[in-house]
Order: sequence, then structure tokens, then C-alpha cells
Amino acid sequence: MTEIITALLFWVVVSLGFMSALLIIVAYLLWADRKIWAAVQMRRGPNVVGPWGLFQSFADLLKFAFKEVVIPDGANKGIFVIAPLVTATLALAAWAVVPVSDGSFFGLVEGRWVVSDINVGILYLFALSSLGVYGVIMGGWASNSKYPFLSALRSAAQMVSYEVSIGFVIITVLLCAGTLNLTEIVLSQKTGLGTMLGLPNSFLDWYFIPLFPMFIIFFISALAETNRPPFDLVEAESELVAGFMVEYSSTPYLLFMLGEYVAIVLMCAMTTILFLGGWLPIIDVPVLNWVPGILWFLAKLFFVFFMFAMVKAIVPRYRYDQLMRLGWKVFLPISLFWVALTAGVLVAFGWAP
Amino acid sequence: MIPALFFYLFSAIAVASAVMVISAKNPVHSVLFLILCFFNAAGLFVLLGAEFLAMILVVVYVGAVAVLFLFVVMMLDVDFVELRQGMLNYLPVGATVGLIVLVELALVFGSWVINPSSVSTRAAPTPTDITNTEALGRILYTDFIYYFQAAGLILLVAMVGAIVLTLRHKEGVKRQNISEQVARNPATAIEVVKVKPGQGI
Repeated sequence: MTEIITALLFWVVVSLGFMSALLIIVAYLLWADRKIWAAVQMRRGPNVVGPWGLFQSFADLLKFAFKEVVIPDGANKGIFVIAPLVTATLALAAWAVVPVSDGSFFGLVEGRWVVSDINVGILYLFALSSLGVYGVIMGGWASNSKYPFLSALRSAAQMVSYEVSIGFVIITVLLCAGTLNLTEIVLSQKTGLGTMLGLPNSFLDWYFIPLFPMFIIFFISALAETNRPPFDLVEAESELVAGFMVEYSSTPYLLFMLGEYVAIVLMCAMTTILFLGGWLPIIDVPVLNWVPGILWFLAKLFFVFFMFAMVKAIVPRYRYDQLMRLGWKVFLPISLFWVALTAGVLVAFGWAP
Repeated sequence: MIPALFFYLFSAIAVASAVMVISAKNPVHSVLFLILCFFNAAGLFVLLGAEFLAMILVVVYVGAVAVLFLFVVMMLDVDFVELRQGMLNYLPVGATVGLIVLVELALVFGSWVINPSSVSTRAAPTPTDITNTEALGRILYTDFIYYFQAAGLILLVAMVGAIVLTLRHKEGVKRQNISEQVARNPATAIEVVKVKPGQGI
């Protein structure tokens, strides 16, 4: 009995610690997102709260939390309140299987740095990211208003469409790695193209080189899946005011925005794990491999997020029919072809794991 | 102890939400309860050690099929009060049919004898040396490869059929031809006209 309770307490502490670290990182990524966006547009961005505006996200949090929650009269109250909770909970729950490092950290931590090291980790992530659409649909429908409903319908179609190509991209990576466990997917990138040529373990082994077209497709699909610009048709201001969030205010709105950003950071982490070698150092030589794995992981995550932010700042919004065309007529055939090609090459050369 | 606790939790919620699916007044609530039911079924799969099936259930049914359900139900705006109005007229017939089916089921399951040796084959232990996904894959792509391919072909035919039934080529609709747009160049796109002052083109 006491073992169960201590084990339970241990997992509660680990999960809460992981979650708070994640939320602090998300708060600063949100700030960085606004700063990058501002820099591209030659503005200053948030610079009032704290030095360089560093506490802006926390000030926003307080502002949201202290405002009044307005529930529209004709709204379906239960679903209206549950929808943001669904978005935020699902986005946070997905992080349970994300491994951030491996091995010892100055003797403090040993083994794999992950809350739950399950066999089907990548499927779990895929399942939870495909559930993200429910928060949007429920919120849009329960608001009992035309703009949110239109926005919910078009965003549901968008997210379901891009999941197809994300699924195929994940399959190509799985074919190369031969496992569904996220830690082992990263470890399988220790050897690859570079080591075949007789070079030491380096970035040449990571999957983004042999699967480069898939890497690009995954990046763009991740933008569409998380409703980031240029695919933010769900809240296209010129057409739909603020999309499915029109009727939301205060903490429910905060939960929607939090869920959205946590999902974006999750997609960055997935790109890092699937294509950029997770916590593996750029070149496995002394000095570089003395750096703890978690720092490499965070550096790669920040780099992918920087790309996300730059896309938001630079690329104009897609038209809806163009978005659908890109998903179904361009990405789906290319990714399907690459699945077949990858499987064929792996079998023909006997490289299949 | 903890697996038992979760088993009762998942099954209780699954049964309760299944009841709510048929008793909820609002059809959208019904679909949402159906999704909750799927979710708890996935939880039960995890407890059984079938984690691959659990995840596929969530990806396919909850992530794709139920979204389309929800879509249709939200758009259709079904008035269930109107549908239920004739309920009393049909009640005797419905009750009789239900009673007959119940008696039949009772007779079938009452006389059912379970072969004692089949219990051991039913509870096949989950493989310990290989993962769940690998075990499923080995069976599916070796012993049952022809059935698997046949199932795939049937789905392909269904997909092609659905597309053929709904695809219409309307005349007179302006469509965007991306390759034509990309192939445009200044020589073909721009025409320089010298206009004399005081006259139009």
C-alpha cells in the first residue's frame, strides 16, 4: 500500500514539475513569438512589463484571470464551458509521452527523461493531436452564433484534411526507425547516412536529410494542424471576426490560447524528435557531447519555433480552396508516394530495421 | 488494485454515456456522449494490454469518424420532439418485436454450452517478448495477408464509388489552373498600348 502511495506521489511530483516547466517555456515562447513578429514589422513589440517586456505573458495571464466570464444568453452553457477545457487538457496531456533527454544529468537524474515511456508513444501523440479539433467544434457550435459556427466547420475540415498527410509522414519515419516508441525513434537516429559513409555520429544521420520532402510536408502540415498562420482560417479576422473564439472572454479564452500554444510547441517537439535527432548533439565529439541532452533538445525546439514565428510574420494567409487543394492534391499524393518509395528502398537494400 | 479501480471507472462511464446517447434530448449531446463512450472503450483496451487497438480506436473513430458525425448532426438540425410525436402509436408494435427478440436471445444464450477448452484459447496471454503492435503486424501481414488485402480493396472500391457518385463537372464555372498561373510571364501577360491623347483605346 505504502509503495503505491509513494509511487503515486512520485508521479504527481514529476508530472507537476514537467507541466510547470512546460508552461513557463510556453509563456516565454509566446513573448518571443510577439517579439519576432514585431522585429520583422520594424516595431518594438512588448517592452513595458519588466526588462524587455519579459513579464508580458504573466501580466496577460493576470489580466485574463481577473476579467469577468461572459456566457452568451443563447449559448449551450455546458458545452460552452467544457470546450476550452478540452482544448487545454488535450494539449497538455499529449506532453506525457514526449521524451526530452536520455541518460544521466550530473548524477541527479538517470535513464529516460519522460513522464510515461509507452510503446505506442507516437500513436498516442497522433491520437491526441487529432482530438484537438473537438475543442474548436464544440466551442464554435455552443456559442450559438453564425461566425463561430462557420469558423468551427471550416477549421474542422482543415484539421481533418491535414491529419492525413501528417499520418503518412509519421509512417515514413516509423518505417526507418522500426519502432513506435519516441525515445527509440531518437536513438535510431544515432546511426544513418553519415555513419554509412564512415563519418562519426553527427547531424548527417538525422532523418531530415534522407526524408527531406517529408520534413517540409510535416512542417507545413503542422502549421495547418495547429491553425497557425498562414493557415489560420479559423480566425481570419477579415472574414470571421475572431473565428470560434468570438464569444469567449476571460479565462475560457485564455485556456483556448494556452491550448493552442501548447499544441504548437508540441508540434515543434515532434519535428525535433522525428527529424532533428531529439537531444543528440550536432556532432558527437567532446565539448559538444558534454552539453546535456536537454539543452540540445531545447535549442532545436526553439529553432523550429523560430521558423514557425517567421512563417507567421512573412507569409500571407491562404485562401480556403487553395488550402484544401494543397492538402489533398499536393501533399497527399507526394506523401503516399514517399511511403511506397521509402518502404521499397528499405527492403531493396536490406536496411529495414 | 489500481487496474481494477480503473476498470470499474471506465466501464461505469462507458455504460452511463451509452445510456445518455439514446436518452439525451439534443442530438449534438448524443454524439458527444458517443465520443465519451469510445474514449472509455479505448481505456478498457489499454487495461487489456491492447494499447495499439486503443490508440487506433481513438485515431480512427474519435478523431475522424465521430468528427464527421458531429458535422452532419450540427448541420442537419434534427427536431427530435417532432420525431417522437408518434411514439405512442407505434409503442405496441415496437414492444412486441422487442419482447420476441428478448425471448429469442434468452433461449439462445440459455442453451449455450461453453466448451471448457475454449476458455484457455480465448484468454491468450499478451506476448511479453515483443510489443503489441509487432505481434499484431506479424499476424496481419503473414497469416491473414489475403484477407487484409481484400479488406483494403473493398475500402478502395467504396472510396472510388463515393467519389464517382458525388463528383460533378459543372459547365461554366471558372476554375483556378495553378500551373497556367505559374507559367505566366511578362511577354504573355502584359500588352503595352500606345494611346493617343484625347482618344480611348
